[in-house]
Amino acid sequence: MWKYLHKLASPPHFYRLSERMIPWFAMPGLILIAYGTYAGLFVASIDDQQGEAFRIIYVHVPAAYLSMMAYMIMAFGAGVGLIWRMKLAHAVAAGAAPLGAWFTFLALATGSIWGRPMWGTWWEWGDPRLTSELLLLFLYFGYMALRNAIDDITKADRASAVLALVGAVNVPIIHFSVEWWNSLHQGPTIISESAEIGADKLYPLLAMIAGFTLVFGALLLRRVRTEVLYRERRKRWVRDIILSGRGR
Amino acid sequence: MSAQLTADALTLFRGDRCLFKGLSFALNSGELLLLRGSNGSGKTSLLRAIAGLLELESGTVYWNEVAVRKEPQIFQNSLVWMSHQPGFKGDLTLIENLHYEASLRPQSNQELDEVLNRLGLNRLKRLPMRSLSAGQRRRVALARMLLADAELWIMDEPVSNLDSEGRVLAMELVGEHLAADGMVIMAAHQDVDIDATVQTIQLQ
Amino acid sequence: MTDQDQQLPGVVTGLVAIVRRDLLLVWKRPGDVLNPLFFFAMVATLFPLAVGPSGEQLQFIGPGVLWVAALLATLLSLNSLFLSDYEDGSLEQMLVSSVPLSALALGKSAAHWLANGLPLVIVSPLIAVTYQMSFFAIVVLMVTLLLGTISLSLLGSIGAALTVGLHRGTALLSLLVLPLAMPVLIFGARTVSLVAAGDGIAGGLYFLGAYAVMILSIGPFATAAALRISNE
Repeated sequence: MWKYLHKLASPPHFYRLSERMIPWFAMPGLILIAYGTYAGLFVASIDDQQGEAFRIIYVHVPAAYLSMMAYMIMAFGAGVGLIWRMKLAHAVAAGAAPLGAWFTFLALATGSIWGRPMWGTWWEWGDPRLTSELLLLFLYFGYMALRNAIDDITKADRASAVLALVGAVNVPIIHFSVEWWNSLHQGPTIISESAEIGADKLYPLLAMIAGFTLVFGALLLRRVRTEVLYRERRKRWVRDIILSGRGR
Repeated sequence: MSAQLTADALTLFRGDRCLFKGLSFALNSGELLLLRGSNGSGKTSLLRAIAGLLELESGTVYWNEVAVRKEPQIFQNSLVWMSHQPGFKGDLTLIENLHYEASLRPQSNQELDEVLNRLGLNRLKRLPMRSLSAGQRRRVALARMLLADAELWIMDEPVSNLDSEGRVLAMELVGEHLAADGMVIMAAHQDVDIDATVQTIQLQ
Repeated sequence: MTDQDQQLPGVVTGLVAIVRRDLLLVWKRPGDVLNPLFFFAMVATLFPLAVGPSGEQLQFIGPGVLWVAALLATLLSLNSLFLSDYEDGSLEQMLVSSVPLSALALGKSAAHWLANGLPLVIVSPLIAVTYQMSFFAIVVLMVTLLLGTISLSLLGSIGAALTVGLHRGTALLSLLVLPLAMPVLIFGARTVSLVAAGDGIAGGLYFLGAYAVMILSIGPFATAAALRISNE
């Protein structure tokens, strides 16, 4: 098993393997999203409290969930790269960050749209989820800004890895703090924990979550492949690929 | 009491550039390892890698047959580092700086006053470091080498910025250190004339 | 020459040495302590001027304003934490020393707190009084600032170590540290607000204490790792 993992960590091997993996992520993912969108918009019954507006959860919840998962992947890759000095792990972290930031932004935008009918405003500081997502977005910006500020790739990998790990420790603490802060205020939140979610609403949601995750996987693989190509650009295996015209 | 520094197949990259590959050497007590090469050839990077300031791509440095990676503190305790920057606080006086350095090496046996006398720094000792000239600061760096009471001296172009008197003094100190069974690794532009075993590595 | 069984300098040796050195440096340049304090006072002054002098309003926003001002003043002083060491080469000497680097990092954080955090705690009641805060509120403010500034010094050291020597490191430091410092700000400021509302403050204080312990246990190691990386 170690031998397999060791082989996987080799950039050319990963590059070839991921080329075949991407369709297996993208196709099922898109199908699930298509089903989820259709079912979410037309099949799921209207919500008693929130009317049609609740349907945005079909984008908001997957986006929020992935924004967190992307950070964990980023921190995991950073940790593995820092401790075991695996270059591919650093490439994964570098690829996950911008994706995570986009999903965070999507979660914020959909969260804001969702809250508007309820709050009457486009933003509600009292909503702990929204505020946590905003802080998460800043964490992503900080990570990417640090990477950008350092010219040497190895040094940038390692410095941003330290930041990602420190951030990972702090993310749950930030969540907890914002929840506590909000509990003092009892402002209107997006998701009321007590509400039961009926089956007809649940299945499209699960489909969207699964679909989004698969599509995220496909996008991540693509980004990591690009990172790997760039980082290894002076190596022979990259030249061979470019010269042979293969490799999209 | 003899010590040994061995390097086994050291490889270092800076960005995409390979500075050296598979570099090995063995240095014993009383010997000087001289690194020669033009600017940018990797002399300083090799010194920094040995001192532990840069991470090697591959290869191991051994101190007395123990890999430095495994027991870094023992190795660091036996070495003293001299680079282009003197590494002193400009706002503190000479003596305050040396007191701080001494507090980090509590087991050193050297006498501060003796060393200051030897290097002609006595009359400067209450002056803030920033009011000393570059050559004077170099001499304080040499004082650090003596005070550390360490076996291995790693020096990056120690005689640049020194007048001829300073150069003679520096090489005298190196010679004495080697004669007392110490080891020196030095990066330099020109060859050194010294009464000891000298190994030379030429970097491209 | 050195003995075979060497006594390696330990954590306490390094800690004491670097704290003494840095406090001596601060003694020679008192501006390093005074400037952030003046900044703190200035920021706190801006709000009555900008928002209006209504006593009730000021009393309400007081804890938040004072905490934000303390946070910003701390960021200001963190900028130069490792800068001079990096520039004059003494950071390199620290990296090569056999004293554990995490001990030296802890020492730098400790010296930073003594020279910047502690003065903030001491000066805060003077400003808090102008915000019409009650006696008990001021006491709680000082306790939260005490715990909070310790955490900020430790947390901020990591950011300072990551950004030392970088182009535009100042702005980057703020971007890195502020999101991570949010829990401290939230619990610090809001606990003081709870005093006015008459609610229990124990929970908030426990959190601040726990956070300080957490960051004390991981901060110096993260700072040490960051210093090695930044110096390469």
